[in-house]
Amino acid sequence: MASTTQTNAAEGPVAGLTSRWASAAADTPAIWKILSLALIFGAWEIAGRTNFNYAFPGFLETMAALWEMIADGSMGAAYLRTAEPLVLGLVISLAIGVSSGVAMGLRRDVEWLTLPIFITMQAAPMAALIPLVTFVYGIGLASKVLAVVMLSLPVIAINSYKAVRNVPSSLVDMSRSFMGSRRQQVFGIILPAASPMMFAGIRLGVAEGFSGAVLAELLITPTGIGDLITYNRSIAKFAHMYAAIFSIVALAVITVSLLHRLEVTLFRPEKRGV
Amino acid sequence: MNVTHLSESRAHSAPAAGDAARDAIIEVEGIHKIYGGSVTALENINLDFHRGALTSLLGPSGCGKTTLLKILAGLLQPTSGEVRVNGTPVTGPGPERAFVFQDFALMPWATVLRNAAYGLELRGVSLREREERARHYIDEVGLSGFEDKYPHELSGGMRQRVGLARALAVDADVLLMDEPFSAVDEQTRRKFQEDLIRLREIEKKTFLLVTHSIEEAVYLSDRIVLLSPRPGRVAQIVTPEIDRSGDPDAIRRTPEYLDLIDEIWAGLRTYVE
Repeated sequence: MASTTQTNAAEGPVAGLTSRWASAAADTPAIWKILSLALIFGAWEIAGRTNFNYAFPGFLETMAALWEMIADGSMGAAYLRTAEPLVLGLVISLAIGVSSGVAMGLRRDVEWLTLPIFITMQAAPMAALIPLVTFVYGIGLASKVLAVVMLSLPVIAINSYKAVRNVPSSLVDMSRSFMGSRRQQVFGIILPAASPMMFAGIRLGVAEGFSGAVLAELLITPTGIGDLITYNRSIAKFAHMYAAIFSIVALAVITVSLLHRLEVTLFRPEKRGV
Repeated sequence: MNVTHLSESRAHSAPAAGDAARDAIIEVEGIHKIYGGSVTALENINLDFHRGALTSLLGPSGCGKTTLLKILAGLLQPTSGEVRVNGTPVTGPGPERAFVFQDFALMPWATVLRNAAYGLELRGVSLREREERARHYIDEVGLSGFEDKYPHELSGGMRQRVGLARALAVDADVLLMDEPFSAVDEQTRRKFQEDLIRLREIEKKTFLLVTHSIEEAVYLSDRIVLLSPRPGRVAQIVTPEIDRSGDPDAIRRTPEYLDLIDEIWAGLRTYVE
């Protein structure tokens, strides 16, 4: 009790109030997430009902359209098509991105040779290159996979590289001083120590991969979820168009959150309880 | 009286270096370290470190004391000169030396037990044996009950105790400690210093301690090597003769302790602007 009074006196009544709110939030994180979603969807519903734009459906109308598309199987079929370039592209990006990023972090010569390529790829507006890719690889699967890779690979590679470079040197020295081999240093110290930043890059890369997949389906040939968006737009079924967009956003968010879970279970046992 | 005593002891230490050479566990001969071709960190360092003694490397920042310790550990290569441990030239880290890091260097993803056993893990000791030995040293540094905690759940002082347990567990002859108490608060530091004196009685190892604290060096050391900065050179070697067998707190009140601190400060203040 005494300590609470002291804190309030030190931080003022406002800070005391916010910290009480914050601690309540920490106790019930699920409620806060739901509340935040409810606020956004509520605002969406209100905006839809004001009829400021005839092509802007409200939240409930969109959800009804989403349910309709799930029920009639068109959504499932679309995702089966979209998943193909997305999953293939992400697997390629992860394999090449993580391994080349780690190699660049560990070896100066690889860094010199490879880093400029990834920096250029990250800086260049990749969407502008998609027509070029279509020109070379046609309108099939290869182009779409390449679109996913072009967007997700540089982020994953550069973050993996930076993650390895940012490993505290005293940890590596520690492993050396206890006569750890280079292999033991890399697998026992550098990779686990780099994993939080590396996974942050992977999450960003996967999110980019989702935009790559949708971009490819919008710009190259309309298939899968891209087709649902363009088709429903062309026939003015805007609630269905928004439902398709909403579904891909939701899927991306869920995938990225699952990746975070995976990271914690695989590499960060100390964060499991938190 | 104390001054006479001190100058005697110092006068004594110069010829003693020759006598004690046969008992030197680490010999440092003509070490130079130049960074980037222009910055001289260490210049012509010649030293012996005696077996079973605690020697401090003391000096202001920039005197190269940590560089010297890392050269002794084999983590850095000298530009010229040679270090021998038990008569064998040092080319890299070795099993007879263990390092205690200033920032603890604990693996945040591993428990106290696994961190303390890490040196043994690298050497391929079986899980059961290394955990048994790690538990023993965790207990010895006063951390029993914390084996399954993670570093972020410990205070700075406790983390450094894990670092110390890890270094003790590999049973090296020499413990190289790089400012082990500098990232720890004053109260914890005092307790830690007292524990180190007690630990030395049990472990009978050779300790090398890098520190910038005069009090710490005088409190703990059998021998203090004073380094002068830019370039790092050996300025003076002092041999405190302080009886550490009794109450650890009483040491801080003995005239030998207090006078030696003043004397060393008088010598060092010329290097500090």
